[in-house]
Amino acid sequence: MTTDSHARAAAHVTVHGAARVNTVKLVPVLVAFAILAIFPAFGQAFYVELAGKIMIYAIFAMSLELLVGQTGLISFGHAAFFGIAAYTVAIFTIRTEASSLLLVLPAALIAAGLYAIVVGALSLRTKGIYFIMITLAFAQMAYFVFHDTPFGGGSDGTYLLYKPGLAIGGTTLVDFDRPHTIYYATLISLVATFAFLAILLQSRYGRALAGIRVNEQRMRAAGFPTYPYKLGAFVIAAMFAGLSGVLFALKDGVVNPELLVWNQSGAVLLMIILGGLGHLRGAMLGALVFTMLQEVFQSEALFGGFSKHWQLMLGLTIIVFVAALPRGLIGLFARRTKAASSDAASDAASDSASNSASNATRP
Amino acid sequence: MDFPTFLIQCLNAVQYGLLLFLVASGLTLIFGIMGVINLAHGSFYMLGAYLAYVLSPLVERYLGGGFFTMLLIGVALAVAFGYLLEWVFFSYLYTREHLQQVLMTYGLILVFEELRSILVGDDVHGVATPPWLAGSMPLSDVMTYPVYRLFISSVCAVVAIAMWLVMTKTRLGMRIRAGATNREMVQALGIPIRFLYRIVFAIGVGLAALAGLVAAPVSSVYPGMGNQVLIICFVVVVIGGIGSIRGAFIAALLVGLVDTFGKVLFPSLAGMLVYLLMAVMLLWKPEGLFKAG
Repeated sequence: MTTDSHARAAAHVTVHGAARVNTVKLVPVLVAFAILAIFPAFGQAFYVELAGKIMIYAIFAMSLELLVGQTGLISFGHAAFFGIAAYTVAIFTIRTEASSLLLVLPAALIAAGLYAIVVGALSLRTKGIYFIMITLAFAQMAYFVFHDTPFGGGSDGTYLLYKPGLAIGGTTLVDFDRPHTIYYATLISLVATFAFLAILLQSRYGRALAGIRVNEQRMRAAGFPTYPYKLGAFVIAAMFAGLSGVLFALKDGVVNPELLVWNQSGAVLLMIILGGLGHLRGAMLGALVFTMLQEVFQSEALFGGFSKHWQLMLGLTIIVFVAALPRGLIGLFARRTKAASSDAASDAASDSASNSASNATRP
Repeated sequence: MDFPTFLIQCLNAVQYGLLLFLVASGLTLIFGIMGVINLAHGSFYMLGAYLAYVLSPLVERYLGGGFFTMLLIGVALAVAFGYLLEWVFFSYLYTREHLQQVLMTYGLILVFEELRSILVGDDVHGVATPPWLAGSMPLSDVMTYPVYRLFISSVCAVVAIAMWLVMTKTRLGMRIRAGATNREMVQALGIPIRFLYRIVFAIGVGLAALAGLVAAPVSSVYPGMGNQVLIICFVVVVIGGIGSIRGAFIAALLVGLVDTFGKVLFPSLAGMLVYLLMAVMLLWKPEGLFKAG
């Protein structure tokens, strides 16, 4: 195989992909980003904070979408990477004075990535239900490390006494104690995550992942070493989950083992299902809807004393949602616009994926 | 570690392992035969423990006590509950993807936890050990071992043997094994597979509830107790091989040993040792000790 054929195949895929990027689909996302950019100017502090939280979960959900929706790997332990990155931030900022973001951020992402390499290398040896259970078990292992050992503050967690910032030559560029700094840092991260993943999914690598989801054997037959491809996706997803974890630690200024608890992994899975698998937009929409549902069910103004039992309503909503809308909220829109053609579309996607695969491997 | 201490830890390990086996065997059966991942299985363990808490005083008052009566009523209620639950909920999950099963049963956990909170409250409760089992037996001059823990082990062992007999020697067991191997063929042979599913599910619920019932006097009953057991049981099922009861038995004892001795020898690592065990086992056998056939 020559580099030339690589380039041709890549070009083929890009052209193919570019045609597929539907401006109609992109517009709502860009509008949402624009609204978020000006939101702090008129929103109340409570709602700005809520929007910040939703954006963090949107990054978290998109990272899992890369695994579940695109590659077809159902990870039930994604909260581990979120929590490990958050803890790394805390561990790097405990003793020193406000440490540099240039140190803390890469350290946190690398920590999440390293754990992902270990977990991924082991769990990707298995398939299906085993993969679900094993990722869950590894996340629980990380949970117990932070819960039982004193170096992260044990079961109480630990506070970030000095939030890390960014200062060059004495001038402070980023200071998370200023209002809205964390909000805009989150927004920038959100846009960057969306852009990176959207481009990644249109790339040759992204198409190969889609091919693995649809028919892994065919991809292997076409000459793709699927194991490193999946491991790569696992690590990338973990690092973006780590990014959201870092933002969460910076926002709250506290980390505790609850960040890694398995309910958290379940919640983020729910978000992407709720929004609709197979779309980055779906992941973001799901994060929004899930967080809002939680807020609504917990609101005493709406449910009075019963809001104490908000998880009952959340549980029932989850069951009904998954039963009635297996394609998620995005599927609701898609159904209205082009009925039932989505199956054909996903078949076409798999075809194009493995076609580009075979093109790439043909000498 | 002197010998009596070692003996005590061994007994504890076996007792914990056997208890895990009761819960995990239901989990592995339900997955092996119906292909359903049931995250809510831990809730049935919790159900059993709370049944022990609620039933003990009732049995005391109206039936004049009797620990076995209480166990019997508890298990019967749990089996009936499982039968009903399979009918109204789980029978709709068989054709769905694993991901949807995971999420729907996750929703079910939230529902169960909140119902528990509404019905019984969020306090931690103790359950009295029956007087005739409350004593201790001496192991050495200074060390004793509570009789009740031996009782737990015996109950679990009896149930495990009974299960083995049912699975290998009876027609029902034969059908269950056949159902796990080839669902379509069993159906084609005219065996009412939906009814078989319902029975298996009810038995699974009954086993988990029995574990909760007998464990309640030792562990006390508290919110979220099901989830802890659930995750450990996942580890047991994965190590043993999904769908294999024999595998679940060996894996449960293994997990019991590692966890118990881990807590004694490396207290700060105890929580994660079990998961480490799982990682090592997976490196060795990615599909568990016994792949269900």
